[in-house]
Amino acid sequence: MGINYLYPPFEIMRNQDRCITCRVCERQCANLVHHYDEDKKRMTADESLCVNCHRCVSLCPTRALKIVKTDHIFKENANWKSEVIEDIYRQAGTGGVLLASMGTPKDYPVYWDKMLINASQVTNPSIDPLREPMETRTYLGRKSSKISRDAEGRIIPNSSGQLKLDIPIMFSAMSYGSISYNAHKSLAMAASELGTFYNTGEGGLHKDFYHYGKNTIVQVASGRFGVHPEYLNAGAAIEIKMGQGAKPGIGGHLPGSKIGEDISATRMIPLHADAISPAPHHDIYSIEDLRQLVYALKEATRYTKPVIVKVAAVHNISAIASGIARSGADIIAIDGFRGGTGAAPARIRDNVGIPIELALASVDQRLRQEGIRGNVSLVVGGSIRSSSDVIKAIALGADAIYIATSALIALGCHLCRTCHSGKCNWGIATQNPELVKRLNPEVGSNHLVNLLTAWNHEIKEMMGGMGINSIEALRGNRLMLRGIGLNETELKILGIAHAGQ
Amino acid sequence: MDGYHQRMPLEGEVRIPSGCAISGIIDRSGKRFSAREAITSISVMHDRSNGLGGGFAGYGIYPEYKDYTALHIFYYSSEAKRTCEEFLEEHFDLINLSKIPTKKHPAITDVPLIWRYFVTALPTKLSFSQLDEDEYTARCVIRINREIEGAYVFSSGKDMGVFKAVGFPEDVGEFYMLDEYEGYSWTVHGRYPTNTPGWWGGSHPFSLLSYSVVHNGEISSYDANRRHIEMYGYSCTLQTDTEVITYMIDYLHRRMGLTLEEVSHVLAAPFWSTIEQKEPKEREEYSYLRNTFASMLITGPFSIILGFNGGLMALNDRLKLRSLVAAEKGDRVYLASEEAAIRVIEPDPDRLWYPSGGKAVIVTLDSMQEGEAHGHQLPVSAL
Repeated sequence: MGINYLYPPFEIMRNQDRCITCRVCERQCANLVHHYDEDKKRMTADESLCVNCHRCVSLCPTRALKIVKTDHIFKENANWKSEVIEDIYRQAGTGGVLLASMGTPKDYPVYWDKMLINASQVTNPSIDPLREPMETRTYLGRKSSKISRDAEGRIIPNSSGQLKLDIPIMFSAMSYGSISYNAHKSLAMAASELGTFYNTGEGGLHKDFYHYGKNTIVQVASGRFGVHPEYLNAGAAIEIKMGQGAKPGIGGHLPGSKIGEDISATRMIPLHADAISPAPHHDIYSIEDLRQLVYALKEATRYTKPVIVKVAAVHNISAIASGIARSGADIIAIDGFRGGTGAAPARIRDNVGIPIELALASVDQRLRQEGIRGNVSLVVGGSIRSSSDVIKAIALGADAIYIATSALIALGCHLCRTCHSGKCNWGIATQNPELVKRLNPEVGSNHLVNLLTAWNHEIKEMMGGMGINSIEALRGNRLMLRGIGLNETELKILGIAHAGQ
Repeated sequence: MDGYHQRMPLEGEVRIPSGCAISGIIDRSGKRFSAREAITSISVMHDRSNGLGGGFAGYGIYPEYKDYTALHIFYYSSEAKRTCEEFLEEHFDLINLSKIPTKKHPAITDVPLIWRYFVTALPTKLSFSQLDEDEYTARCVIRINREIEGAYVFSSGKDMGVFKAVGFPEDVGEFYMLDEYEGYSWTVHGRYPTNTPGWWGGSHPFSLLSYSVVHNGEISSYDANRRHIEMYGYSCTLQTDTEVITYMIDYLHRRMGLTLEEVSHVLAAPFWSTIEQKEPKEREEYSYLRNTFASMLITGPFSIILGFNGGLMALNDRLKLRSLVAAEKGDRVYLASEEAAIRVIEPDPDRLWYPSGGKAVIVTLDSMQEGEAHGHQLPVSAL
């Protein structure tokens, strides 16, 4: 073995005065960072193995631990930054594609943070959500464009399948396999309690979770793992996954090491066989093929369930969305490039796709220009971090929001971005039974319910401030937004005025 | 825009919130009366306007031309008039045209040219367009207002007309000599814009075909409503609440064929919690309307009086954030922002009530057949 050029990025600071050598850090760390030094009678650590997930820090009973960034440096260079140099060392050493997890950490503009929300003053009243009804319920699905009446002239309600959401936020797709049984169960329980939906991702639906069906969106992806008639009919809606914001244009790979008995049965693939999702759907090479899959799925479920088509936000997203809106799909889900992933090539995650804010604004505007916005509902995801992000997305034109990273953080994720290692110390992105059991689904679900309940309170407060008491009156209401520090082109794409205008 | 106003941005270039006063009177027997009572009623609410806009809509005022569309147009230059008249001649048979008679009034200044045309669609043009007459007329009006600089059609209905100006509404009534017109219903509006370009077209009522709307409030759903309705060929050039509300009513009532009652269940849809308490059949219908036309829900304070051929409809927002009073005496029904504005013309009504938020008051002429207040369905090809 040659010389290791890589210096560990973190240092583990242990206050030896506080450490009681209880060795909990050693037992908790799946990366085997900590060990007990028999000779010195004290704990020691190999920081080269540390991923900075804070499991040991959080469980240390005496707060003896903290993780800090190393101050070890290369000679400073604005162009050849240390991470650039280190990536070259890694690839020179392995010959491999660099793998990464979760959303891109790069410093791209976050447009949510460059938009400000309006409030009423004098000319119209703000509304107090504690005293007046404040409605966040929304329905997803195609709206009928023609009124039909019976012989007595009464309206015949002729809407096809609609998804009813008590809050305009859903949990987006994370497959069983990429995340654990307990993580899935937490999401399913929370979705049921909140009156919203979680999404199976592309890994099929574990038999234990069929009873959460009415709050489940079942996904059909390019690998078609675990797709069968009972599965399609188990959920409230079906999502065709064409792409994912973190890795547009490529497929997925769940290594055989994660394919245990349960996952093998759920995905309908052999035990320990790699689960490879092709980059495209091999029966969809164009928009007319998508239409066939949409209708095949509708036929299979007797036109009772809305079909969602999920795509990654890429350069010509508005033309793509317009095609999808004419394909028979009921809902378009767009995933922005800051969205998370269980594993993706780092170069793709960090360089391919566009921000969701711009994609959403241009898709909503394009569909309106074509007069077909009513054909579909728009759901967006890809790093929605707070209730104010939700408000801004809806005001730009979204019907509802998908969250996943925020949900995982609520379950204890510390964004260490090493999901692909399968050694998640928080029991989320792992299939190791010892680690999985660290996540209690009751507790997890409770945190998710708390998070979205809190967001919903905040959403109602902000809506009330704007004098809006139903979420549909906020949808596409871009006058409620102003840009701050944005240039003309950005403002034009977002369709908003600058603050002060 | 036209050269008439260059210093301030015109209506449509900037969004201007306004407070207002509204009033409406109808005689259900169809008996015609002058606008004098409407003028008296609105003058009581003088302080609800600030002199920057007032106007009237009268129905049943042109019985001799009731089968023709009456176009009322402001011109800010003779060139605009020439261009617009060329356009009209290309698209319509002009049955009669004249200046609208006015009387000089010290408080009404900067008067544009104000013309009236009674027209009917050219049959060849109409059949070539594959549209019905209403849709044809509406599209022509929207086109003039969008494309001909310095020309503005502010009234385009049959047997009805809008009269408006910059000024206090009672002065506007005198200016147009509305004493000399007789109609079976009148609505009137006094405006309190918070920032004004003082443009005549921006005064209210706002009207398209025979629909006219007077409105008091500032809706918080404006841009959601606007961006939605513009999908269907409307152009919200004035950026006012009244304009977008009128277009939504036109779309729902005329083009989608909803009844006015149903239109009110869209614009001021009951809360879901209220809908859930209804009988199953009703619940289904209310939910369907609210969900299907979700983007036409209006939030924020509003009270409107809609004028249409054969009746009036008053509607408040769901929380009743603006005052609206109704009263009845014999064949007459009165609607106004304030009770005083009714009492001044009818001190002793048989009944006086404050309509609940979201509950439409729909009054039609006794002579109207059941269902006549419904819109009609357009052939799909025209939509």
